[in-house]
Amino acid sequence: MGVKGIPISKHESGVITTRTDELLRWGRKNSLWPLPFGTACCAIEFMGVVSSPFDISRFGAELVRFSPRQSDLMIVAGTINYKIGPVLKRIYDQMCEPKYVISMGACACSGGFYDNYAAIQGIDQIIPVDVFIPGCPPRPDAILNALVKLQEKIDQEPQRGPRHITREHGKTE
Amino acid sequence: MEKLNNIIDKIKEKHVDAIEDTADSFGDVVLTIARKNIHDVLVDLKDAGFDLLLDIAGVDALNLGRKERFEVVYNLYSLSQDLRLRLRVNVPEDDMNLPSATDLWESANWAEREAYDMFGFNFEGHPNLARILCHREFVGHALRKDYPVMKGQWATGTADLRPDLENE
Repeated sequence: MGVKGIPISKHESGVITTRTDELLRWGRKNSLWPLPFGTACCAIEFMGVVSSPFDISRFGAELVRFSPRQSDLMIVAGTINYKIGPVLKRIYDQMCEPKYVISMGACACSGGFYDNYAAIQGIDQIIPVDVFIPGCPPRPDAILNALVKLQEKIDQEPQRGPRHITREHGKTE
Repeated sequence: MEKLNNIIDKIKEKHVDAIEDTADSFGDVVLTIARKNIHDVLVDLKDAGFDLLLDIAGVDALNLGRKERFEVVYNLYSLSQDLRLRLRVNVPEDDMNLPSATDLWESANWAEREAYDMFGFNFEGHPNLARILCHREFVGHALRKDYPVMKGQWATGTADLRPDLENE
């Protein structure tokens, strides 16, 4: 007997022992609360993933929160332009550690076909991204796959401290 | 069409030399108006029943070999008479002032802000001629043909969306 993913030893007396970080990781990965940062059509696709035909709650991530204080997974779904960039960064900063980011769709990952003065060419220039999902927009299966990939990543991560952004915000190239 | 011709004839009578050119674009009449007359012509057109200003657009004719580099295009529509009319105003590069139409149509407010943001026209008399699409720290005007189209500019603050937090 045991919970999948956690090494558990069960004693005759009914006491189970495990490691704290293993237990925390297990809880963390199975109860990701997503914050949808939806700016375009990808956000509509995300609604499909949350609803019953695809049902993101099978992976424990159905509790969509619209406050960064209450969520630990930011799903950036849509085009991020230079004007909304500081807002995205600010909301990311307001989330509590540990926090994860999924970049959903071509626009968030690389600017997509908006290769122009208005669109940021990939949100990883502002905030760290854990999983990138390609597609325009991605299929719901791809979003669920990204969630599973993130869970695997959480499973393997060492005891983590606060992360640092890859690039100082507000600097031009 | 007869209604529209009557309106145009009246404009021609009242503002001599205001109409520099008349053209047809997909069945709609396009008038080129002298810049000094544009506001008076717009006033009279509104009185003649053009109650809706659909849009104000800008044109940068940098490499088209025209006399003036810029052009402002007004798209008018009359709801009561089902008439469409387009006005073009040539604007030289070294003097980009022209009168605002915000006193005539409320919709001119955002349309003129967009034209200012993208091309740099100065609409005199506009209540708040600030950028509307690009952020406040943007330098230059993005739809000018000599602006490098892929040159992004970083914004450092959220003042565009929360003016109350501007001094934070």
